[in-house]
Amino acid sequence: APFSSIQKSPFSTDEKPTPQNSIISYNNYYEFGTSKDDPARNVGRFKTRPWTVRVEGLCAKPRTFAIDDLLKLAPIEERIYRMRCVEGWSMVIPWNGFPLASLLKQVEPLGSAKFVEFTSAADRASMPGLALPVLDWPYTEGLRLDEAMHPLTLLALGLYGEELLAQNGAPLRLVVPWKYGFKGAKSLVRIRLTDKQPGTAWNKAAPNEYGFYSNVNPEVDHPRWSQASERRLGEFGKRKTLPFNGYAEQVAKLYAGMDLRKFY
Amino acid sequence: MQTATRRPTAPARNAPRGPGSAQITLAKLALFVLCLLPLGWYLNGLWHDQLGANPIEAITRASGEWTLRLLLATLAVTPLRRLTGWHWLIRLRRMLGLFVFFYASLHLATYVWLDQFFDWAAIAKDIVKRPFITVGFAAFVLLVPLAATSSNFAIRRLGGRRWQALHRSVYAIGVLAVLHFWWLVKRDVTEPLIYGLILALLLGARAWWREQERRRQLAPRAAPLGKRIIPIVQR
Repeated sequence: APFSSIQKSPFSTDEKPTPQNSIISYNNYYEFGTSKDDPARNVGRFKTRPWTVRVEGLCAKPRTFAIDDLLKLAPIEERIYRMRCVEGWSMVIPWNGFPLASLLKQVEPLGSAKFVEFTSAADRASMPGLALPVLDWPYTEGLRLDEAMHPLTLLALGLYGEELLAQNGAPLRLVVPWKYGFKGAKSLVRIRLTDKQPGTAWNKAAPNEYGFYSNVNPEVDHPRWSQASERRLGEFGKRKTLPFNGYAEQVAKLYAGMDLRKFY
Repeated sequence: MQTATRRPTAPARNAPRGPGSAQITLAKLALFVLCLLPLGWYLNGLWHDQLGANPIEAITRASGEWTLRLLLATLAVTPLRRLTGWHWLIRLRRMLGLFVFFYASLHLATYVWLDQFFDWAAIAKDIVKRPFITVGFAAFVLLVPLAATSSNFAIRRLGGRRWQALHRSVYAIGVLAVLHFWWLVKRDVTEPLIYGLILALLLGARAWWREQERRRQLAPRAAPLGKRIIPIVQR
């Protein structure tokens, strides 16, 4: 087994996980193509070893981590999370990984650090989707530091007890379960602590459609479609979408006093 | 007469003969089966669970794309006739057009049933509020009278000229359908762009030919080419 031991987590939902086959064949990973079945088909030349991720910026001990060191950095947990895509569908995914906070603590963020910027791989030779200027490559995402340090925020290295496949963001990716799926940057090569709110790929592409926060919110529609309900893959009917994707109890306080229509 | 060579009303002596009525019937039958293939493909895929993780999305998308493809095929009949001289193609056009309506109806049904679950209030809100739904719905509404007046009876009843005027709305339907697709996609507009370019080509060819025709009618008739008298413009 790739992980010597996997701990259960109280943060896991008891909802029924989406079949593994759906999770590994229905993906949004535009670096490998914009159709849902493109990534699984086009990842053949993408190498996830050797791999390093640079953690830098406003921290006392910037460092480059090799993937095999990361696997041993903290106990691997199983986190069964709901995943809500901005397009109106959702899954339940049993991730394997550890809190992003465990990694960030290693580099000792400075008091001046307020945000975290995530950068994904952008290798033209193995990622055919990069040929189209669909987004401003490389893919970047960002979180406020308190969001990044939140215990729900996960650095995922596997799913269903196996190492991540490339179409799911191997070898390591971000998972922020109360935000729309695109906030979970895949195949991370760089994590940077900053004092300014970083630009994000989707926000740059269509600022009126995708905000920096992108918290799941049934009250705030995407300009072109409603976010009030979602189709859980494998189900015929649609479900009501929950505020913060059902994680309001844990995260709503992060946004106390903020107008979520403005900070969408 | 000079103009006689341009658009023969009767087949010219050495022009190829069109297919006979038995052959046309066969062609119609083949086209009918061909147009049903996408439906068969997706029903089979649904039955065998081969439409991927989100079969409802796959069906919604496929019914929309086949509507658009058949619409372009319908619009291609006139230019094809003109380029190839195969005037019998016109006899297949009605069926193509009706299949456009068939797939459009399936597409609308997936939205009303599988996406909105007959929540008419939500559907009405969607149509008003979301431009891509607005144009898609408009395209469907415009298709209804065309499908309803597709019979020979309706053509006789309306009279050819009025029937033709009504059916010219198919150009607008084409534009609305491409817009519907364009405004739906999240970021990668490659596919709607391809459909849009084909539509532009099909509509552009008509505009071009119409302009040529207009110029021909304006040009002096009697003088043969090369011997035209160019009027001297007084300054």
